[in-house]
Amino acid sequence: MALLDVKDLRTHFRTDDGIVKAVDGVSFSVEKGKTLGIVGESGCGKSVTCLTIMGLNNKRNTITSGEALFNGEDLLTASSSRLREIRGDDIAMIFQDPMTSLNPVHTVGRQVVEAIRLHRDVTKRQAKARALELLKAVGIPRADRRIDDYPHQFSGGMRQRAMIAMALVNDPDLLIADEPTTALDVTTQAQILALMNRLQEEFGSAIIMITHDLGVVAEVAHDVVVMYAANIVEKGTADQIFTRPHHPYAWGLLGSLPRLDISTDRLVQIPGQPPSLLNPPRGCRFNPRCPYVMDVCRTQFPELQPVSDDPGHVQRCFLDEETKDREATKLLAGTMAEAS
Amino acid sequence: MYRYLIRRLLWSVVLFLAVTLVTFVIFFVIPVNPASLAAGRTATAEDIKRVEKALGLDRPLPIQYAKYLHRLSPITCCEGALGIFKRPDLGTSYASGIKVNHTVTQAAPVTASLVFGGAVFWMLLALPIGILSALRPRSLLDRGAMVFVLIGISAHPVWLGLIFAYFIGFKLGLTPITGYADFFNPGPGAPGGPIAWAHHMLLPWLTFMILFAAQYVRMIRANVMEVMNEDYVRTARAKGAPESQVMRSHILRNAMLAVVTMLGMDIGLALGGAIFTEAVYGLPGLGQTALTAITGSDLPVVLGVTVFGTVAIIIFTLIVDVVYAFIDPRIRLG
Repeated sequence: MALLDVKDLRTHFRTDDGIVKAVDGVSFSVEKGKTLGIVGESGCGKSVTCLTIMGLNNKRNTITSGEALFNGEDLLTASSSRLREIRGDDIAMIFQDPMTSLNPVHTVGRQVVEAIRLHRDVTKRQAKARALELLKAVGIPRADRRIDDYPHQFSGGMRQRAMIAMALVNDPDLLIADEPTTALDVTTQAQILALMNRLQEEFGSAIIMITHDLGVVAEVAHDVVVMYAANIVEKGTADQIFTRPHHPYAWGLLGSLPRLDISTDRLVQIPGQPPSLLNPPRGCRFNPRCPYVMDVCRTQFPELQPVSDDPGHVQRCFLDEETKDREATKLLAGTMAEAS
Repeated sequence: MYRYLIRRLLWSVVLFLAVTLVTFVIFFVIPVNPASLAAGRTATAEDIKRVEKALGLDRPLPIQYAKYLHRLSPITCCEGALGIFKRPDLGTSYASGIKVNHTVTQAAPVTASLVFGGAVFWMLLALPIGILSALRPRSLLDRGAMVFVLIGISAHPVWLGLIFAYFIGFKLGLTPITGYADFFNPGPGAPGGPIAWAHHMLLPWLTFMILFAAQYVRMIRANVMEVMNEDYVRTARAKGAPESQVMRSHILRNAMLAVVTMLGMDIGLALGGAIFTEAVYGLPGLGQTALTAITGSDLPVVLGVTVFGTVAIIIFTLIVDVVYAFIDPRIRLG
């Protein structure tokens, strides 16, 4: 059984302008100890998916349906007290901006201790010892002194390390990382990713890594979900997505990835803007921006189709497989040719 | 932290000099001769000249100001004994000949009772309403609170005072209509003691509550709503913290930062003279004293109240700064 099994998840927000379908029928699963990467542009619903799983959306204007089975227990129908038990203990979360995600008026140590004492019946002293252990594990230098510092005395990278320590302090089975490296500079990004990889081996947590950065996914993910406009457009193992991408949106993402080993004058860009989720385009939601658009794309909504000879790899595009394989090969080979 | 405090203290001195100087100058620009008032109605021109001399009013303005500051300063500096502490002297009233120090120390506790008691009342009302309307924006309670806020902000203390005095004091007879009862040592035959004191202060406190709670409800609501959307509040929820703990430890701690500033400044300001509220309830506080003194061109008393008010505001601003540094580590350590 998968650790987390999300089935047909829908999260709709009631707003003054109408209903925004932020997540519209998303299914995926996360295996124990594995990392799932969720990739997509800003506003495609990847963060909302995870906030829904955690039960952290504002309940008053949110309509949720589907299932999110965590160890067989549906989180979407769980009581709020049960969710509180799970949050921070079995499932922990790291947020995008470490600058604003820590409370400025409490010491870092106190915030980690709070996370422990919410779920473990230990004394303050024991909790602080555990917090210190974790702060050391995430590589905060002189942790025994920095534990009493306030967040503003930490650098961005250090704050994200502290967030990670706070998330891992109760040995969660699942760690949801919402763009954990986006707000950090590149060298710090690499350190944080390496740290997460190392800690995953040590703690055995499964990770959902939300990102818009395919480089990050390539670094850490076993499985990949590509989201576009509240839907999954392609899903498979990292290998499948990176060697045989089958959705034009995935090609766009791959083509827009800057690479040091290839010299190009210009990065490929996906033209246009992500569509409004208030009234998404008819047919395939990517059709207004797709260079391969056909008539059928404008009228019919494509279903997720398995890719032949590639078990577990599914995608949502009407193009025939020959064309897709040819284009994918061209995209990857093109970059290879330029590289040599 | 210490440098911060020292800087604040130096600024306080500048502020103090500026306020007293402005009061002094304004008073001399007003075309009234204090000496003729002090000398009495039947005084001859010669008498007035003599009084002028006795009060030092014939000297140039800068010298009068310097002499005033010298009397006021808590350390002697000109009689050869530098640095000996003395009691600041606010002078003597032109009208009554009573020491201004005495007048102010009589009036200050009345105003302090009004202001501090009022602050307790308005915070007790504003905190729960502000928090609840932030939690349920656009609910019935929130809209009701907004109506209350509008009334509180628009109402004049004299009008509120008269309404309360008429309905609660006169019609229902629940409280005294006007007057003050001393907490510690009432005069002979006068009501006194904690119960009579509170009984007399109830209506003034209620008036203050309506006047100030309105602004505080709005401020607390806005701050709580702002902090509720902060990322660290989501972090706290993601840790599994129950809502009560999220509110107490994460939202309120941060939302109160601005409220503390406002509270300190309002208390300081009100201590300088809650003229309307004191007037309508006949409370012999600083506002009342200042009002009488201004109508009588009694410069030493006006200056005395101004100086006291300024010092109160300065002290409360300083207290706010210290409290602020205490509750916000970014200021303490930044």
